[in-house]
Amino acid sequence: MLKTFRIGGIHPKENKISAGNAIQPIAIPDQVIIPLSQHIGAPCQPVVKKGDNVKVGTLIGKSVGFVSANIHSSVSGTVLKIDKTLDASGYKRDAVFIKVEGDEWESSIDRSPDLKKSCDLVPGEVLDKIAAAGIVGMGGATFPSHVKLTPPPGTKAEILIINGVECEPWLTSDHQLMMEKADEILVGTTLVMKALKVQKAIIGIENNKQDVIALFTQKVKDYAGIHVQPLKVQYPQGGEKQLIDALTGRQISSGALPISVGAVVQNVGTVFAIYEAVQKNKPLVERVVTVTGKEVKQPCNILSRVGIPLSDLIGVAGGLPETTGKVVSGGPMMGKALASTDIPVTKGTSGILIIPTLEAKRNAMKDCIRCAKCVSVCPMGLNPTLLMNLTEYEVWDRAEKEHITDCIECGSCSYTCPADRPLLDYIRLGKGKVNGIIRTRKN
Amino acid sequence: MEQKLIVSPSPHVHSGDTIEKNMYNVLIALIPAFLVALYVFRLDALIITACAVLFCVGFEYLIVKYIMKKTPTVGDGSAIITGVLLAFNVPADLPLWILAIGCLFAIGVVKISFGGLGNNIFNPAIAGRIFLLISFPAQMTTWPAAATATATDAVSSATVLGNLKLSPETLPSLQTMFLGTEAGSLGEMSTLALLIGLFYLLWKKTITWHIPFSIMATVALFTGILYAFDPVPLYNPLIHLFSGGLMLGAIFMATDYVTSPMTRKGMLIYGVGIGFVTVAIRLWGAYPEGVSFAILLMNALTPLINNYTSPKRFGEVVKHG
Repeated sequence: MLKTFRIGGIHPKENKISAGNAIQPIAIPDQVIIPLSQHIGAPCQPVVKKGDNVKVGTLIGKSVGFVSANIHSSVSGTVLKIDKTLDASGYKRDAVFIKVEGDEWESSIDRSPDLKKSCDLVPGEVLDKIAAAGIVGMGGATFPSHVKLTPPPGTKAEILIINGVECEPWLTSDHQLMMEKADEILVGTTLVMKALKVQKAIIGIENNKQDVIALFTQKVKDYAGIHVQPLKVQYPQGGEKQLIDALTGRQISSGALPISVGAVVQNVGTVFAIYEAVQKNKPLVERVVTVTGKEVKQPCNILSRVGIPLSDLIGVAGGLPETTGKVVSGGPMMGKALASTDIPVTKGTSGILIIPTLEAKRNAMKDCIRCAKCVSVCPMGLNPTLLMNLTEYEVWDRAEKEHITDCIECGSCSYTCPADRPLLDYIRLGKGKVNGIIRTRKN
Repeated sequence: MEQKLIVSPSPHVHSGDTIEKNMYNVLIALIPAFLVALYVFRLDALIITACAVLFCVGFEYLIVKYIMKKTPTVGDGSAIITGVLLAFNVPADLPLWILAIGCLFAIGVVKISFGGLGNNIFNPAIAGRIFLLISFPAQMTTWPAAATATATDAVSSATVLGNLKLSPETLPSLQTMFLGTEAGSLGEMSTLALLIGLFYLLWKKTITWHIPFSIMATVALFTGILYAFDPVPLYNPLIHLFSGGLMLGAIFMATDYVTSPMTRKGMLIYGVGIGFVTVAIRLWGAYPEGVSFAILLMNALTPLINNYTSPKRFGEVVKHG
């Protein structure tokens, strides 16, 4: 029996049609828009002004506060303006607009393709480099990596977990990155192990990526303390709590952080970015984005600079099909539906999924028949239909007692419901409300 | 961009599961038992089942459309199931006007007046059967001899459970009970056919094992302990498992989504309760059969069970370290 997490879970159709398509480049447009808020935490303070010349890798936004991450220019050219632009959630955020001129990189960046294995830095220096390069969690959560790699006082990391699960259907950007940059990812892993001062790392990979499992099982022989663990295909295995459970058998208690069980989780894309930051002095200015969907002409994996509009990437994949009803940034389970394809690629853009109109519309909701399928699929062991009712009738104290704040918003309940009830919509609303009440009580 | 994009919160995909699919899976699972009924009671089985379905669907359509003034919901298949299950719970020669009253009670009073599918407290078919049993005790407890009966295989017009207390020497063989040619209500007789239905429902993940298994295990264990002390047919666990409405009730009636608990723990409590009450009525009650009363009673306790059982939460049980 393959390992997996122990509570709930679903197995949606995988649809990984872009798997095996080599990572391809994309032409840089005349103008890029680089948002100053690409991470969880405080937005960056701009450190450039209109008319400034920038190169690839020039710092343009400085992190403010501990939970924040630097932002660098992904192109060379002239700053046009600092203005508002729409983000994936539909909010207007500050962004740096840059007119592209040539492709000149900062001289400190090592652009050679050679693998650099050795690293003489001490753990603190590795962390400083990660912070300086503006690395954030690239699985989609975009939590600043240097914060995650600095365990709070009184806690100690015992094991590093590398998330190569890519449990969202359709997405293949991590899959392809692992196939093409295996050594870089493994060196990156040793760097993170060094920063955390841990001796052991496990790379969790779902069993639908046999090629990656074979490659990594072969490669890890050259790296001390790193193991590969194939996992049963089960959504949401890429969720931090689920992955730690699957790989170590440890379950994090309600409200606690992974470090409470001695674990730190990093996505493979993040680890690759850490390798480039530490060994090549390269800040996080580009990432792999999957562009895919049922009617997409050429599903592909693109290495895109941050700031290029999504419409350019969709162009590379053969353009927006006429049947398009919904464009999702991220995967179908947790991604965000976009109002426009003009928004730029950011550090957290793992994929663009294009859904035909026929499949983009929801069915009308029926009365709950209490089949309890939502209860059996919930990976957090909650009762989604009860939480939806409590939210509908605004019974916040009971909702808190039923642990509404434990919800990880994976969407397994809504996915499963035979009565088409929008369980997660309500729970998300109730969770926000209850979190607000808890915050007010603390103050 | 010319076309407007649809914006909605995640998730953006759905399993494709529907209420109808689940209901029709239950109907498919009832086919083996229906075939046995056809074999045993011939045309009577067809007439009773067809009429019960017609009455239930018809009453639901008319009540929802003309009294509730809402869009009829008969397409979801739940009224068909109520009809089939009610038919399976009555003798094959029940007068059709009595059957019609049972259907009207099940659909009109037990289902629609509580708000329709999803809102009823009691299983409509069970409540309909009990209503008929109390209102028409004579017609509901005389069973026709099976069309397949011969002089040698001891099929009589009294049920196994009826004979168990009164004249245990006339019991049919366990094999007859398992295959289902003894006397009884239309669809409850063949344990084998009902078990095939159970495996289909488990395979399709329409239901989980918790409710049927806990009912059967409780009945087997309870009577088994008594049988160990006093091995008379009255306490024989196999007779209790294979006779009466136990299999039909455990597999198809107790597992009704709407009226059974939502958590695994709750399902087990509910199943044990049904098994316990069933055996208690069968052994010490006035009625020979207790499955429907047991289910009705546990239906009433379901909201309470739901309130006091929570699913096993992540991180709650497993100690780390």
